[in-house]
Formats: sequence, C-alpha cells, structure tokens
Amino acid sequence: MSKVLMKGNEAVGAAAIKAGCKYFFGYPITPSSEIPEYMSKALPEAGGVFLQAESEVAAINMVYGAGGAGARCMTASSSPGISLKQEGITYAAGAEIPCVIVNMMRGGPGLGSIQPSQADYFQSTRGGGNGDYRTLCYAPASVQEIVDYVMLAFDKADYYRNPVLIAADGMIGQVMEAVEFKEPAPIDLPAKDWATTGTGEKRKPNVVNSLYLQADALQVHNKNLEKKYKLMEENEVLYEAFGLEDAEVVVVAYGTTSRIVKSAVKKAQEKGIKVGMIRPITIWPFPYEIFKKIGNNAKGILTVEMSAGQMIDDVKIGTEGRIPVYFNGTQGGVVPTPQNILEDIEKIAGGIR
Amino acid sequence: MTIVYEKSRGLTDVPFHYCPGCTHGVIHKLVAESLVELGVLGDAIGVAPVGCSVLAYNYFNCDMQEAAHGRAPAVATGIKRVHPDKVVFSYQGDGDLASIGTAEIVHAAHRGEKITTIFVNNAIYGMTGGQMAPTTLVGQKTTTSPFGRDEALSGKPIRIAEMLATIDGAKFVERVSVDTPANIRKAKKAIKRAFECQLKGEGFAIVEVLSSCPTNWGLTPPKALDWLRDNMIPYYPLGNFRDFEEGK
Repeated sequence: MSKVLMKGNEAVGAAAIKAGCKYFFGYPITPSSEIPEYMSKALPEAGGVFLQAESEVAAINMVYGAGGAGARCMTASSSPGISLKQEGITYAAGAEIPCVIVNMMRGGPGLGSIQPSQADYFQSTRGGGNGDYRTLCYAPASVQEIVDYVMLAFDKADYYRNPVLIAADGMIGQVMEAVEFKEPAPIDLPAKDWATTGTGEKRKPNVVNSLYLQADALQVHNKNLEKKYKLMEENEVLYEAFGLEDAEVVVVAYGTTSRIVKSAVKKAQEKGIKVGMIRPITIWPFPYEIFKKIGNNAKGILTVEMSAGQMIDDVKIGTEGRIPVYFNGTQGGVVPTPQNILEDIEKIAGGIR
Repeated sequence: MTIVYEKSRGLTDVPFHYCPGCTHGVIHKLVAESLVELGVLGDAIGVAPVGCSVLAYNYFNCDMQEAAHGRAPAVATGIKRVHPDKVVFSYQGDGDLASIGTAEIVHAAHRGEKITTIFVNNAIYGMTGGQMAPTTLVGQKTTTSPFGRDEALSGKPIRIAEMLATIDGAKFVERVSVDTPANIRKAKKAIKRAFECQLKGEGFAIVEVLSSCPTNWGLTPPKALDWLRDNMIPYYPLGNFRDFEEGK
C-alpha cells in the first residue's frame, strides 16, 4: 500500500477506524482536538458513531458503557482531560473493559501549557486512578508508530480485557508525516461472551462491575488482575536499542524526545564517543531487562525527558545501581535541543566529577 | 389451584439487602414487571448507580453494568449507541443523579438519549449513613445537617423532574410516589410509559419516584410513609410534566 501524508492526530483516528473502532466519545482539548474533529466526519462514514460528550468524565464513562456492551471504542484527550478520565479508566480496569485511550501530553501541572510534554509518565505507567491496576501503554515516536500502535492497541485491549493507553505528546499529534497502513498480524481473540448485549432470556445475565464488597473476594479479583499484568510484563515489552555493549554513554528517551536524542547521539558518534541508546516503546511494561545488556565500559546513563524526571525512576530500577544515572529535562512545553543533549553526553563521556 | 400472584421473572432470586420498610424493593418490582409486561426483559440492559441500590445489578434479571457515582446516564449512553435496538435503563438515587451526576443526567436528556431513567428520591444519602442530599428538605435533620438543612447555607432542595421537563430532549417526565397502593399503581403506569417512550424512539424518559428511608429518617416504616406524604409531596408535587403524546 502506498504512503499517505497525515497529521499525527488524524492518524490516530484513521488507525482506530482501520482497527475496527466503531465508537468514539470525546471532548475537545488542545493539542488533541483534531482527533474528535477527524472522527466526527470519518466515523459516521465508516458506519460508526461519533459523540461529543459534555465532559471528559462523561466521555470515558460512555466508553465504559460501549466497551462493556462489547464494542471496540476509544476516547482521546490531552493531559488535564486525561486526569478527568482517570475515574473511568480505573473502573474500566476493575471491570475488565477493553478500550483505547489516547493522551497527547501537554505541559502541566494544572492547566499548564498547550506545548508538548512528557510529564504524565507517572500517571500513564503507575495506574493513574485509584487502586491496584496497570494499563498497557505505548509511546509512539512518529506518526507511523501512532498508526501501528493504535491498531495494535485495540487487539491488545480485547486480548487482555484491559484499557490500553497511547501516550504521545503534542508534537507528534501536530506533526505531518508519511504513513502506511499495514495489516496487523492476525491474533486469536477471545469471544466477548461477558458483554452486556441483552440475555434474550436465553442465558444468565452478564454483569459488568468492579465492586466486590467482601474483602476476600476483591483480593481474589485483584490477584487475577495481577496475573494478567504479569503476562503483559512477560509478553508485551517493546523497545528499540543499539550500541549498548561497548557504549561509554547510554541515552534513554521515548517519544518525541527520542528523535532529538538520536540527532545528538549521531553527532556524539561523529566526535568519536561510543554512545548507545534505549528507546522504550512500551513505557508500561518498561523494558528493564535490556539494561542488563549495557557493558562495563559505560560511564553513565543519560535520561532525557520533557518532564522534571519521571521515567528516570524506571531507568534506575533497570540499572540496579550498576551505573550512574544522569538527567536532562525540559519542562512546561519546552523541547530540548540536540546541542544541549550532546553537551551532557560529552560531559559524561569525559568523566563527571 | 391457580396462581394469583408470583414474583416477577424480571427479578433474580437474590434476596434484597434493603432495610426493612425501604421502598427500593417495591420500585425494583415495578421496573421488573414493566420489562416483562412489555416483553423486553431479554432486550434490557440496566445500569446500576452508586448508593443504596448499588447492588441492583444482582437483582434485575437482565444484563447489567455498574457505573461510577453519577455516571449511569453516560454509561447508558455508551450502551444505547452500541445497541440502539435494546432497552437501556439507569436506576439512580438522589445523591447519584441529583448531586454528583447532574451534568450526565442533564446532557443525556438534552441529547434526547433514548434511555429510561428511574430516579429514586428519598431526600437523603442512605448508603453512606444519612447525610444531607441535594433533595433534603429545608429543616430536615441529617448527619451533615445536624441542626436541619439551612437554606442560607445549602440552598433549597433541587426539583429534578421540573428541571428536566424544561429540556426539549426529555420526552417523558413524571413524578410519582410509592407511599400508598394507589400511588404504587400510578408509579407502575408511569414506569411502563417511560419504557414505551424509549421503545417508540421518542427520546429521553425519566420517572422520579418519591421513596422512604425509615433507617436514616429515624422513623418506623409506616411513619416514614406518613412523613413522605406530609413533607415531601407538598414540595415535590406528583404528576406528569411531559408526555410524548400531546394532551396526555
């Protein structure tokens, strides 16, 4: 199939429809508003329903209802809107409702800014709402990856009966790039025989619910969820990595930041510095194991994020104290420059005292 | 022998957890009977609230979803958009619908969402132990209005049926009570008609049911019904506020 030029936010919608998403419930917010705009036109044409909800809270609860009724559905927003959706996301996790939630991250806290940010890492990878739960979370670094991982997200949501997050940022949402829509590898999905579709008075009622009033019963339910999360940790980790064995410096970054880091890495290599890189594609589950491949020549690991330092906690867990971990961060919507990152790489390669 | 009365098959065999004298049981029965009599029990998908009737998903003999507090109309919207041919209803209390869920109920009505809402108003938060609700009457003592609801502090109680009747998308709005057998019969009629409104594809339908809470009102069940009659009905007048057929 030939490539088409698409904006990141439009690609979210196009990929979702391609993946069989029939229902979109959303509320406008910069910098993700092109997603509901695109869906309002494209989804009815594809035989689906677009509904602009009265709030982010209502939108995610409509997703809860539609997902619980057995449909492929999604919502999308940006940081403050995703905070509002946390109630519905934890309920969907508890009730095991498959759905896809897209976050085009912007600066925070509070109303913050409308520029790109990665400051929702904790929220995306640690649950975000109340209770013990996890959501598979893809962090695309290009419009092509938006297409690939949004499509994959629907399969994974159905496979695990779990909400799946896409954590991108305002930059990827707004940029235009050439993309190709490839058919994802076919996957055996369980029948949705738990969904509320009407009993027809032919079977026992299906109940979609996250309430377990008896502590013992909730513990059993939670332990079952835990097993599911363990399977995701074993099977769903995705990352890109290179040059780890003989690296003097390893840089870790995801999403938009990883592209800037790649420019800096190239410049550093041209200067003769051995630089490796780890780019998590799933930020939960996090690719901890790959950190073991970092060789003994490494003088330091540089974590680059558009945040005050959130993924760095996972980098430290992965490193297990073997190698010093340094941080390069920008905040509030400020995007780092390759030069700024190169300087840090050079400092670490030269030996920081 | 002939059967003169039996439990509706619209209800499961799970025993109700409701307090003695609570009218949720009666209202559940009316909803279940209406679904059976309209022949749509197998097509019904209900949404339970947070509050005393949170466990309604165990009692109705149809597919059910349990919603977050106040969000039942949004959840019901999601279900109805996926299954426009099914009969979708929400069953909500006054804390759920009239306080934390006002945005969801107003906009479901505003969209003319083809769902049916059963709104149980007992002027108090029952499940959490008798706190003030948006529907608590002025002067009524609760655990968070120990000196009686003070209008200067908390305003007057909210009249949901009247408010929703101003919205074009709401095609059936009626307030009923279950304090007497006669009123229970009227309540049944209204609930049935609210489902008919959905079946005809007219738009949003809601029945506000005045209900008693002997436990948290601190009254015996008969005295609680007297209190409902003497105090709630004067402030919350019974009657139809909107019907999908002119002149009804």
